[in-house]
Amino acid sequence: MIELTGIERDFAVGDETVHALSQVSLSLPDGDYVSVMGPSGSGKSTLLNVLGLLDRPNAGSYRLDGVETTDLPEERRAALRRNHIGFVFQAFHLVPRLSAADNIGLPMVLAGVAPDARKARVHEVLDSLDLLDRAHHRPDQLSGGQRQRVAIGRAIVMKPGVLLADEPTGNLDQHAGGEVVGLLERLNGARITLIVVTHDPAIGRRARRRIRMVDGRIESDESGDAHT
Amino acid sequence: MRTPDLLSFALRSLGGARTRTLLMLLAMSIGVASVVLLTALGEGARRYVVGEFAQLGTHLLIMLPGRSETTGGAPPLLGATPRDLTLDDAMALLRERSILRVAPLTVGNAPVSYGSREREVTVIGATADFFPIRHLTIGSGSSLPALDPGRGASVVVIGSGLRRELFGSQRALGQWVRIDDRRFRVIGILGEGGESLGQDLDDMAVIPVASAQVVFDTPSLFRVLIQARSEDDIERAKKAAREIIRERHDGEDDVTIISQDALLSTFDRILGALTYTVGGIAAISLAVAGILIMNVMLVAVSQRVAEIGLLKALGAPERQVLRLFLVESVMLAAAGAALGVLIAVAGIFVLREVFPTFPIAAPLWATPAAVGVAIVTGLVFGVLPARRAARLDPVHALSGR
Repeated sequence: MIELTGIERDFAVGDETVHALSQVSLSLPDGDYVSVMGPSGSGKSTLLNVLGLLDRPNAGSYRLDGVETTDLPEERRAALRRNHIGFVFQAFHLVPRLSAADNIGLPMVLAGVAPDARKARVHEVLDSLDLLDRAHHRPDQLSGGQRQRVAIGRAIVMKPGVLLADEPTGNLDQHAGGEVVGLLERLNGARITLIVVTHDPAIGRRARRRIRMVDGRIESDESGDAHT
Repeated sequence: MRTPDLLSFALRSLGGARTRTLLMLLAMSIGVASVVLLTALGEGARRYVVGEFAQLGTHLLIMLPGRSETTGGAPPLLGATPRDLTLDDAMALLRERSILRVAPLTVGNAPVSYGSREREVTVIGATADFFPIRHLTIGSGSSLPALDPGRGASVVVIGSGLRRELFGSQRALGQWVRIDDRRFRVIGILGEGGESLGQDLDDMAVIPVASAQVVFDTPSLFRVLIQARSEDDIERAKKAAREIIRERHDGEDDVTIISQDALLSTFDRILGALTYTVGGIAAISLAVAGILIMNVMLVAVSQRVAEIGLLKALGAPERQVLRLFLVESVMLAAAGAALGVLIAVAGIFVLREVFPTFPIAAPLWATPAAVGVAIVTGLVFGVLPARRAARLDPVHALSGR
């Protein structure tokens, strides 16, 4: 459960203050499927960073599963990120020297999970992503779609409740993009909260709940059948 | 994060930038190798000098007639001394329990001839004890007979060089040579002893001290070598010797006693200090290597901004990122140090092969000190880049694609 109340996020650009987010309030129940759309500079990436605990709002309250996060020390926020939030980036951000399996296992390595448990879980994830035959390939030996699938595997390996995807199909062709969206939706079907930031209306429309942002504010927030 | 994972992660990132890693290893290993090698050279010089002194004899005191620390009066070591240092003076020293051996010496240059061949050499008048005190070995024949030192004998022990010059391939033992118009029978040849503090032992003749006093027509001794019973006895022997001579010279303190060990320890200290100095200078190259490590790690941090952002997004706290980068630079330093030690060992081996007589060896402290300094350097110079990495803002780090 995600609850944002009165979130403000300002950046100083030169002498001016830019309001990247102002008075954003939002409540997302577990298992929700939300798309965030809007023009460049509308604050959708900032919103995603705040949701992902990478960025701290200047004011307002952000409760994640009932825990107030805005005043937590960095260490605790890192722990929350590790255990509750998965990130999928447009540029994949795979570690180039690690194999697909090792990239997927990286969050567990950072969390100090024992090698045996790690191996079993990575195998499970690889299997569910249909990537078992690519386990020992390095990112430069994988196609774009495969890379994004590895990145998704890495995002879900710790079994987070929330999956944040920032333009997940931005670097992919139509076919691979479709596959990736399908995969994300399948994960959402298994009760993971999915939040997708995108420019692509075709993808944005698929979400059950569609948020449109302009100038740091939520302009519209529609729910309902994706195909109206 | 588990330690093996931490190490393997750091190892992989080092492996990911192979050229950079190799260059760093090279810099670090040169630093460590130069510390170890240079201190080994310094230590070699120290051992060489100590060895030379040891050849002179151990626990040795040297008594000279005349006083070098006089307050007024005759200048030291020059001409007029109130009393001669006599054979009886020397032999009286044996009364003292802490003194093991005494060798009264009379030294001069004299022509030694056999047939038509003649050589001007150093002739030493000594007793049988002279040989063990100076660690001289007899190659063939026998040493001087253990006679009453007051009695002369017409026998001579010659150095192997002198033997070659006078006798060539002929048999020398038992032959008669002429030293300054007196005849001496060759009873022994010194072993090939080489050199001792620049004095060529191959080129000398040793005759009984009483005979030498006749040859050189002097009642006084040139000096007396005194060997103390043990290291601890040196001081006591020195004091007692001075006391005995004072007693015999009507209360006049007119001899100088040099302790060889004191001289030796002075050299030891000087060369030890030299070794430290040289090691310290070489350690500067370690500091340079450390700065290189910092440089390279800073570059690595800026090249891996996105990766650092990712690690943070995946839940790595600042401390963990800091540790990752610190481990990398310490690993670099440690591997460089290990390589450096190998290079140094190889270098020492080669130098030993090339200069077999020079006792080159790294002092015990050098290797651990060099490795320790290298690792500390890696740690210290790794802190800045690691902190920079740890403090990166993940939002910016991830957006810079």
